[in-house]
Amino acid sequence: MSISGSAAIVGAAQVDVFRTEGRSPVGLMAVAVRRALQDAGLTLADVDGLFTSSSYYAMPTLTLGEYLGISPTHVDSTSIGGCGFIAQLAHAAAALQAGLCTVAVIAYGSTQRSDAGKLVSMAEQSVYELPYGLIHPIGAFGMVAQRHMHQYGTTSAQLAELAVSARQWAMLVDDAPYPTPLTVDEVLASSIIASPLHRLDCCLVTDGGGAIVLTSAERAADLRSDPVFLLGAGEAQNHRNISQMADLTTTVARDSSHRALSMAGVALDDIDTVHVYDAFTISLLVLLEDLGFCAKGEGGAFVGEGRLAPGGQLALNTNGGGLSYTHPGMLGLFLVIEAVQQLRGNAGRRQIPGARLSLVHGMGMTLAAHATAVLSATPQA
Amino acid sequence: MTAQRPTPTPRGEEAVYFNHAANRELVFQRCSDCDRAVFYLRTLCPGCGSESLEVTVSSGLGTVYSFTTQYRAAHPFFAADVPYTLVLADMEEGFRLFANIVDRAPGDVHIGMPVETIFDPVTDELTLPRFRAATAGVPS
Repeated sequence: MSISGSAAIVGAAQVDVFRTEGRSPVGLMAVAVRRALQDAGLTLADVDGLFTSSSYYAMPTLTLGEYLGISPTHVDSTSIGGCGFIAQLAHAAAALQAGLCTVAVIAYGSTQRSDAGKLVSMAEQSVYELPYGLIHPIGAFGMVAQRHMHQYGTTSAQLAELAVSARQWAMLVDDAPYPTPLTVDEVLASSIIASPLHRLDCCLVTDGGGAIVLTSAERAADLRSDPVFLLGAGEAQNHRNISQMADLTTTVARDSSHRALSMAGVALDDIDTVHVYDAFTISLLVLLEDLGFCAKGEGGAFVGEGRLAPGGQLALNTNGGGLSYTHPGMLGLFLVIEAVQQLRGNAGRRQIPGARLSLVHGMGMTLAAHATAVLSATPQA
Repeated sequence: MTAQRPTPTPRGEEAVYFNHAANRELVFQRCSDCDRAVFYLRTLCPGCGSESLEVTVSSGLGTVYSFTTQYRAAHPFFAADVPYTLVLADMEEGFRLFANIVDRAPGDVHIGMPVETIFDPVTDELTLPRFRAATAGVPS
């Protein structure tokens, strides 16, 4: 019994995705939940499945349920870093199919920008890494980039192309926080944080709340919004600590994406929009290779020449992604929300005409966990 | 106010590792059943599931697999050390170790360079293995 096509996203909302004025992390989640439910034509009383993950709350489904005043029959606080929300799409679909819940909400909220840019994390650090002063996560990604450069000749200028393309996309969003162009030279002139990565190789540090609502495909047909169907989903994990990642240049993203595409019965060539976790230029480049958009080691050449910019070969991170639009600590849910906007035809100036199939891929921690989803405007591909 | 050193709380097999470090020994485990080099110390072999793991002293010699030089400190305690370079080294017994390198300026570390392990008693309770450039080549 496959979950493919059995569940649909029927509501989506995001709030305060750059800076919030006076909302706490759970407060951001709650507002996003209410707006996503309004989008779906549902109310809090309909919600019996609650899915979330948090860097602030150790027991986030309890925190959010109490704040909302609801008593769900099924909860899931999968904690695998920023891709957890993409993994929860399948968890929610399975729970809906099994009758454990009938309306599932996946929610997230963070005040990371208001917290003065400090990365908020409850995650413990390995006793074998903690005493040495590695900055999580950029120190680890510096080592990934150094190795990729050594093995494949990738350059800082090639990595910078990813930040430049992201900014071009972000400039098509009405509420873009940095609505001016970025150049490769500007990226290379920004200060080095963890060699060889510069400040502008890093994602933004923002606040933000997000929520999506899922229900069965049957029930979705009776609701007001255009449903977005979950056709495929896959997960994979490889390590917890960067010092245990055997090959710093290769991830198990290829496994999770293969599972998702197989379940959906589609190929990469069928995909119209692509939404890939971009906490850093190097993490995005490695994931693009592992997802199969180019061969391993050829990412540096692939990401240039405007291939990833608006009008290019690949419609990637069409709102500017984490690099240039929003990255409130954990990005995964915001990748899903942007895919939903594209598949509903609601993406404004950045709309990909006729977008019907989207691939969403997230990583958690430092390339440790992976989750891929194939989303569709129609119940079958 | 002086920032406090980020200090691990080693438990069980983790404490075995740091106890050996205090005696100036870098240890890993060798699986008695599949001969795999296991690091960090575990209660079972991640290769074959065996509980038969032998704590083994390493030569401390390795080569740099990758590195980064950080121009910001991970924690206020390290602020005076910036910039500092952190290294992943492949040790000759077949495991990988993460630590900082103490005797090389930024720009003077490269992938493939030989390193050796030194021991730094940073407190009465904690001795940290660190790297320095190896004076002789690592036997292949």
